Amino acid sequence: MQVPPSAGMDTFPQLLIRNAREWGDRPAYREKDLGIWQSWTWREVLGEVRKLSLGLKSLGCKEGDKVAVIGANRPHLYWVFAAVQALGGIPIPVYSDSVAEEIAYVLGHAEVRFAVVEDQEQVDKLLEMSEKLPLLEHVIYEDPKGLRDYDHTSLHRYLSVQEAGQTLLDNDEKLADDWFDAVSAGKSEDIAVILYTSGTTGRPKGVMLTFNNLVVAVQNANKFDNLDENADTVAYLPMAWVGDHVFSYAQCLTAGYCVNCPEGPETVSIDRKEIAPTYMFAPPRVFEGMLTHITVRMEDAGKMKKKLFDYFLNYANQVGERILNGEKVSLFERIKYAVGEFCVYGPLKNEMGFSRVRVAYTAGEAIGPEIFKFYRSIGLNLKQLYGQTESSVFITSQPDGQIYADTVGVPMPDVEVKIAESGEVMYRSPGAFLGYYKNDEATKDTKTEDGWVHTGDAGMFLENGHLKIIDRAKDVGKLTDGSMFAPKYIENKLKFFPNIKEAVTFGNERDYVCAFVNIDLVAVGNWAERNNIAYASYQELAAHPDVYKTIQSHVDQVNKDLSEEPMMAGAQIKRFLVLHKELDPDDGELTRTQKVRRNFVADRYAPLIEAFYAGETSKHVVTEVTFEDGRQGTIEATVEIRDMDTHSTKAMSAIGEAAE
Amino acid sequence: MTVMDPTLEEVKKRAEEREVLLDLENVSLSFGGVKAITNISFNIKKGEIRAIIGPNGAGKTSMLNVINGFYQPQEGVITFNGEKRRSMKPHLAVSQGIARTFQNVALFKGMSTLDNIMAGRATRMKQNLFWQMLYWGPAQREEIEHRKKVEEIIDFLEIQHIRRTPVGTLPYGLQKRVELARALAMEPELLLLDEPMAGMNLEEKEDMSRFILDVNDQLGTTIALIEHDMGVVMDLSDRVVVLDYGRKIADGVPEEVQSNPEVIDAYLGVSH
Repeated sequence: MQVPPSAGMDTFPQLLIRNAREWGDRPAYREKDLGIWQSWTWREVLGEVRKLSLGLKSLGCKEGDKVAVIGANRPHLYWVFAAVQALGGIPIPVYSDSVAEEIAYVLGHAEVRFAVVEDQEQVDKLLEMSEKLPLLEHVIYEDPKGLRDYDHTSLHRYLSVQEAGQTLLDNDEKLADDWFDAVSAGKSEDIAVILYTSGTTGRPKGVMLTFNNLVVAVQNANKFDNLDENADTVAYLPMAWVGDHVFSYAQCLTAGYCVNCPEGPETVSIDRKEIAPTYMFAPPRVFEGMLTHITVRMEDAGKMKKKLFDYFLNYANQVGERILNGEKVSLFERIKYAVGEFCVYGPLKNEMGFSRVRVAYTAGEAIGPEIFKFYRSIGLNLKQLYGQTESSVFITSQPDGQIYADTVGVPMPDVEVKIAESGEVMYRSPGAFLGYYKNDEATKDTKTEDGWVHTGDAGMFLENGHLKIIDRAKDVGKLTDGSMFAPKYIENKLKFFPNIKEAVTFGNERDYVCAFVNIDLVAVGNWAERNNIAYASYQELAAHPDVYKTIQSHVDQVNKDLSEEPMMAGAQIKRFLVLHKELDPDDGELTRTQKVRRNFVADRYAPLIEAFYAGETSKHVVTEVTFEDGRQGTIEATVEIRDMDTHSTKAMSAIGEAAE
Repeated sequence: MTVMDPTLEEVKKRAEEREVLLDLENVSLSFGGVKAITNISFNIKKGEIRAIIGPNGAGKTSMLNVINGFYQPQEGVITFNGEKRRSMKPHLAVSQGIARTFQNVALFKGMSTLDNIMAGRATRMKQNLFWQMLYWGPAQREEIEHRKKVEEIIDFLEIQHIRRTPVGTLPYGLQKRVELARALAMEPELLLLDEPMAGMNLEEKEDMSRFILDVNDQLGTTIALIEHDMGVVMDLSDRVVVLDYGRKIADGVPEEVQSNPEVIDAYLGVSH
């Protein structure tokens, strides 16, 4: 295929052409299929995208058309973005695990005409909703399994769309040049993508990002971490999430690195180990999960191994982070750490697929300081960043060598950050979004006329210039005695314990703070197994007295921590309970990105909250649940409520001593 | 797209139009004085899902063992693909295109999923042991070819994540799926499933049902299935044969069989 000499670098299709020219034979996308890593070079990707693009055009896709992309991370689906953008259309990735109604809402709101989906599961959802989606004309699927007998009047196979494009190309020599010309005509201020935010409150909103937003933000990020075409990353987070769109598409095209798609969600850890990415991103829960997994497995290891593991991890805790930060460390310490690297850290990192990682990011939620420190101490350059869909991800990030577990770093290049009088974090940056799609009111509420964007997060700058995020601004409240109540802040402290998976606290305009706790079934289940405690369900294990005792000790520790922070000391947890069911996105209690929908939970479990403040010690509740197959059912339980002692604050005791 | 449920007549008509793949004529099997199967005749047609049901001890598994040549019936004739036979060794059944799974999982527990499925291809390998041990030239090419086929099955049954896991450590539902995979690796024309859903939870049953339908639909494999879960049987199968104490008491499409008083009698039991 002839790659034209120049096509600009403003849009992603243009960047794709640049990559095919500069790094034509380098791998761009890999996918593990039938047990083997299949790769596509940049030149091949350009060919695939062009075929697809022309095939879509022959179906009627034109400038301004919206094309939904629904499915797991597959190279073929990433190519849809470029294929649609090349035609001047706007791709809209949608969460593939959403139920049919949620998908229908997004597709309806965005006025989608085409949908490119992964498999039968997604096709079925769209067919189910076809009456609500009169504008949806064509559905294109990648995996034909199970779809043979479907009516194919408006249903097309991905491959046949590409073949149609190829036939057109073969028959008309001019077409290839026309396509390249159309790509070159793309402008940086065009809308590149609309990303629907999962929304902890209300309906999802469509965030419009222009090519300029993404390209500039991403170029800065590439510079910040020295990412180039030699990097490798694994794409496994939802494609509809801005993070994946940036890491696996925008950044990949701008830096020219290779994106690797695992076989399926269950094989991610195996595939990551095989690929050993150099650049990776994972939300805190993934790091937590891996650490829990390793801890559980080490319990089963031989005595010798366990001793070695404990000894060297303890040692890494003392020097690992200093070595990573490039601080002064004695030769003896370095040698000893090298021995540890050989015996423990190296194999451990290899097991987790971190052997080649140069930069790893975590964001989205606060990460436990212990977990953060653990990974850094074994030599993984784990950093935190802060961002949101509206900012094309990057707002602040931690520069190498300046890493603090409780902050999210300093503003990225070209990004201005300020704290509003209300305590809310605001930013102005080239990555800041154009607006919400068909929702000017929300746009006006979020983005000021001079370009400052409200993040909705309360935060503050520490003396070292690093930003610290406290909570969602609207969630920060006050107890009746006037002390500050930041629910997320307390919940995160609880969640840092491996036994606690999720926590929800209440206290705004109340006398004291109360907490719902979800236990972590992996960690607590493992503990139960070791202690010969039989249980049949989550519900039974959650109500076990010993489990309660353990959770109580965790809550006590949190209270102790809180008492040491003058601003937070008033918001210690007075009462808590272990919830009888796991919070679940299928029940609407969590968002698709696993964030708690606080108000919804408060409504749903209102009787339990009443019981908290009525001083009851146990409460019988019946809760509706949605099973995996969509059926409704109820579970009921009598939930125990425990009281906690609070710790006196440091400041108070100091006054007390002075008085004596 | 809406799928209309076909009427009883349509279902019957469809069943009649199909070609007979396996025909059993007056088959009887006894162990000493115990009559396991008494004078049973029925057929299995190409491309259908045929259920064999009956209470415990009705002779269902014996029936499967007769079909795949593990038991030799004392009387009767079996015709498979137009070929009549009275007795046959199981490995011949395999080479003729009959594969099966077992009631209690019969996998090589210490071997990985991949190796277990690869074992299913053993009868299709042509190179001798010597060349296979050398793993060179034609033997290597053959192995790669078979490995590709195995990977397709792994993909089909969605068991990529346990490819390298020793099957002994897998949960029961997955072991059953691996067993199905091994049977599929033989690329059978007729697949015998002995209680594929026994001991499974609802979700696993749903998955398994999906896979059985997919195998039937996508690969065009004829399936004979023994199952106790009536919901599954009635939903999946095209025709059902009911056995009781080694006799055939009913044969037909699910709706017919369900309303047959003798079946209700034998299956659910009546108060006498």
